[in-house]
Amino acid sequence: MNPVMIIALLFLLICAVATSLTRNLLTSVVIFMAYSMLMSIVWILLESPDLAITEAAVGAGVTGVLFFITLKKIHAIQGDEEDDKKR
Amino acid sequence: MTKNGRLSRWLADSQSPLDSAEIRALTEHAGDRSEQSTEAFDAREATRERKQRETVELERQLNRRVHEWSFTSGFRLLRRLYRVLAALTCGGIVFFLLLTVNALPPFGAAENPYNNEVSRRYIEDGLRETGSVNMVTGMILDYRAFDTFGESTVLFTGACAVLLLLKLNDCADGKPTKAWLEAEYDDRHHEPKNDQILQTAARALTPVVLLFGLYVVLNGHLSPGGGFSGGAIMGAGLVLYLNAFGFQNTERFFGYNTFRWTIFLALMTYAGLKSYSFYTGANHLESGVSLGVPGAIFSSGFILPLNICVGLIVMCTMYGFYTLFRKGGL
Repeated sequence: MNPVMIIALLFLLICAVATSLTRNLLTSVVIFMAYSMLMSIVWILLESPDLAITEAAVGAGVTGVLFFITLKKIHAIQGDEEDDKKR
Repeated sequence: MTKNGRLSRWLADSQSPLDSAEIRALTEHAGDRSEQSTEAFDAREATRERKQRETVELERQLNRRVHEWSFTSGFRLLRRLYRVLAALTCGGIVFFLLLTVNALPPFGAAENPYNNEVSRRYIEDGLRETGSVNMVTGMILDYRAFDTFGESTVLFTGACAVLLLLKLNDCADGKPTKAWLEAEYDDRHHEPKNDQILQTAARALTPVVLLFGLYVVLNGHLSPGGGFSGGAIMGAGLVLYLNAFGFQNTERFFGYNTFRWTIFLALMTYAGLKSYSFYTGANHLESGVSLGVPGAIFSSGFILPLNICVGLIVMCTMYGFYTLFRKGGL
């Protein structure tokens, strides 16, 4: 197996475990986006660039943004409440 | 429906004759009681109060005991039980999934079930039959176009569901509602923080992102990509622009009506074009659409317009999801 592939799969595993074990939800979403980015690299290595483009755009882009906005709506992003108190 | 029916009474917001009779009986009884001798009344009241106090005390003690149990040993017990059950469930699922993975044929082996006559047909005759250099696009927009139509409909239905759930009614009687005004105020004053870094980056990146998305959509039959990925890239570009410059700027070119008509017309165009090619294909008629020279931008028949339709649907869905999640409107 390609050494780049092995490294990517290893980091994929680390990202997958870290996403579920992180206590801060914002950090969790960022790690999830990193997971999608690595997944798109794995798709390129598996010779399916179509999937790689879609994974990068949807997984790392739009899903992350939707998660961010949901966290903002439910006031789960820390620092948000402090800002509100100052106002 | 009778005039004294429950619904009509409820609509007219009037009390039932039964209710008023009961109320009258109660008040009259109370009136009677007040006329009795005060000593007997006081004694009865005192016993009643004592009993009530005893009941409350008993209840409080019981509550305290349950509370203490749930915060000390019961809590620990439940937590331990929860952890054991969670670990067991996860372990079981992982075990069965690994069992399935173990039963799969090795990756890329020649005798795997997916190496059948279907993929051979796609590889050998795909270019001649669809005219698309990118085999994946030729597959999903020609051989399996009905499947892609279903996917687009899923996106459309998803956008409709989010619209139904999250859209705030802005003008019921020509006047904006309070919730809508609050969301609007909150968004216009708190959300775009006029971040200099974000705005500079967005000014440089948005045209590139949108252009790249357009390229991916229009070159779907020539290079990797296609309607879905290109549409997602364009949607992400629009979201970036909206984040940096706020709703005042995006509303000028992408409002609710644009969203509605774009997504509707794109879906209808897809349905019309594919109906035509299904009709001619099923009846063995000449479709009259030339496949062109493979590799040219205007080639491979309907694949280019279909890609544009899918791209528009995906872009509108992504952008619509974002704006509806953010302030409940477009």
